Amino acid sequence: MSDTAVDYHQMWAELGLNLPMHDALLEAVGGMYGGTFMTQKNRPEGMGYLDFVMSEVHGLRIKELDDFRKSGGKVVGTYCLYVPEELIRAAGAWSVGICAGAEWAYDQVEQILPRNTCALIKSMMGFKLGKVCPYLEEADLLIGETTCDGKKKAYEELGKMQNLYTMELPQMKRPKDVAFWRSELVDLVAKLEELTGKKITAVSLAAAIKEVNGKRRALQRVNAARAADPAPISGLDALLAVQVAFYDDVPRFTQMMDALADELEKRVAEGVGVAPKGAPRVLITGTPMALPNWKLHQIVENAGGVVVGEEMCTGSRYYEKLVKEDSATLDEMLDDLAAKYLDINCACFTPNDGRIDDVIRMAKDLKVDGVIDYALSFCGTYQIESAAVAKTVQDAGVPVLRIETDYSAEDVGQLSTRVEAFLEMVK
Amino acid sequence: MRVLGLDIGSRSVDAVWLMDGTIVDAAVADSGFDPASVAAAFVDRGAHDVIVATGYGRRVAGEAFGADVVTEIKAYAIGASALFPNARAVLDIGGQDTKAIALRPDGRVADFEMNDKCAAGTGKFLEVMAKALGFSLEELGSASMAADSGVQISSMCTVFAESEVTGLVHRGEDRGRIARGLHQSIAKRTLGSLKRVGAQGPLVFAGGVARNPAMVALIRNGFSGEVLVPAEAQLVGAYGAALSAGER
Repeated sequence: MSDTAVDYHQMWAELGLNLPMHDALLEAVGGMYGGTFMTQKNRPEGMGYLDFVMSEVHGLRIKELDDFRKSGGKVVGTYCLYVPEELIRAAGAWSVGICAGAEWAYDQVEQILPRNTCALIKSMMGFKLGKVCPYLEEADLLIGETTCDGKKKAYEELGKMQNLYTMELPQMKRPKDVAFWRSELVDLVAKLEELTGKKITAVSLAAAIKEVNGKRRALQRVNAARAADPAPISGLDALLAVQVAFYDDVPRFTQMMDALADELEKRVAEGVGVAPKGAPRVLITGTPMALPNWKLHQIVENAGGVVVGEEMCTGSRYYEKLVKEDSATLDEMLDDLAAKYLDINCACFTPNDGRIDDVIRMAKDLKVDGVIDYALSFCGTYQIESAAVAKTVQDAGVPVLRIETDYSAEDVGQLSTRVEAFLEMVK
Repeated sequence: MRVLGLDIGSRSVDAVWLMDGTIVDAAVADSGFDPASVAAAFVDRGAHDVIVATGYGRRVAGEAFGADVVTEIKAYAIGASALFPNARAVLDIGGQDTKAIALRPDGRVADFEMNDKCAAGTGKFLEVMAKALGFSLEELGSASMAADSGVQISSMCTVFAESEVTGLVHRGEDRGRIARGLHQSIAKRTLGSLKRVGAQGPLVFAGGVARNPAMVALIRNGFSGEVLVPAEAQLVGAYGAALSAGER
């Protein structure tokens, strides 16, 4: 990642990045990527695209955003999959998911946020305070959401440093909550139209819905192939695909993921896999794994297991459900969007039994040997839900390992022992 | 077949040599600052055809000596079941972590729990507390046995509990009662782990801390089933690792 052919330092300097620290970040992530991804055996050729995208994560993609903005385009940064990309695109803007998956500038973060805040939120603030994220600096508008108390309050602080708009996500799913959420979408339409100076029309929204559905369909195909034994793609690579989906160019990414899916389907037909047939198969459920958080997948796959699914926001919750495509009017399309987005099963909702049903269904479809429930420390909603998830899934006959961790490396030794013992136990 | 089982732990490196499944020799050495070299000394004896390693250093041993590796969980399950074929649970309190393992009737692991990050309630915890009280490890155990009751210790964190113990000492609290309180708090935490994994008796109590009679008495008192303590509690992991060679 550090040996890019083009020197982007001038672009980064113009964005106001802290260049020495940013170089250090790229060096660290590049090293992590090499050690984690490039050492894997028998990867699909289609991963070459994602390797390239990652090698240019702060280079070429930022240049694309830069050029887009210089030609009058607007970039909108988001932190959560409840913020509808369709509306952002229908207004003529580009949506980028902002990373929050590494420990950065915690010394500065802890001057603002309590130490006992989840790693995701601390990372989100750290990338801003440390001035190392070009996506943040390219964003003309950030959209926050009230998914949990930690994020909600942290957005207040982030909003003091950058143009930020917060959507209120209801925490129940009754008809009146869907109606309220729809009203939030209407407000967002006005906000986005004001930002870009372009009207969201039935035509532009229908096109955006089709486009984003296309991205989800491609990811569905990639992930459906993982039901095969041997698995044709590693969990690490499949996780990376969803992480990249949040910020890459939509039509290009969709095309490349369809090509990857073609290759995976061919591999399945030929019985080609990344791990030996019969390797322990694991489904991971829990809190999102933002780029570059690859910790648990790496532990599982180093221990000889293969991750075949993620019931998480950087997983099935991102691509599993589609927005209806046959509505004609803007009003109907807003209904469709409200219905689709409120149908995502995040632990911020009560009740959230749908998530447990999803885990059990995925465990069966993907023929897993065990489920790992993953929660970041201080993520109260997922930590509390963990006990009920574990009990219900175990009662359904699937072994569960519960893990609570963060982005640090200090517990990797103990986690590896627990994961290895879990794999020994389920096989 | 001659098998060397190595349990490379945080406090000690334990070795068991098997000949066709029977123990022919065993040894224990301090891990020190270079456990790989300590393990290498056992390997250098050359009295084996195959090596199986477990414990924190298992991966290093795998690379250095071409050893097969198993986790401590599996090694203790196999070792304990071999010593006591009717065992249905294993408790291992080692230098740096605690494992509660429930076994199926065939001796395979049914469920397990392990402390996730720190050394709360482990052998290391007892070492630090003994030092804070001016006891040796053996004295800590006997002082606890001799005390008529224990002081309530609320913290399980090694760092916090040490300050708590220091506070109690300064208030003139009896050292024996503090020692007993420390053992009681570990026992309570450990029994909770056993309960969560659904452990039934007979329970095999292994690992270095099983040599502490005060701890054994408290576990025996709090556990619903029979508690069995092997004579060489510290070697169960190395023995289990060596026996697992037959499974491969």
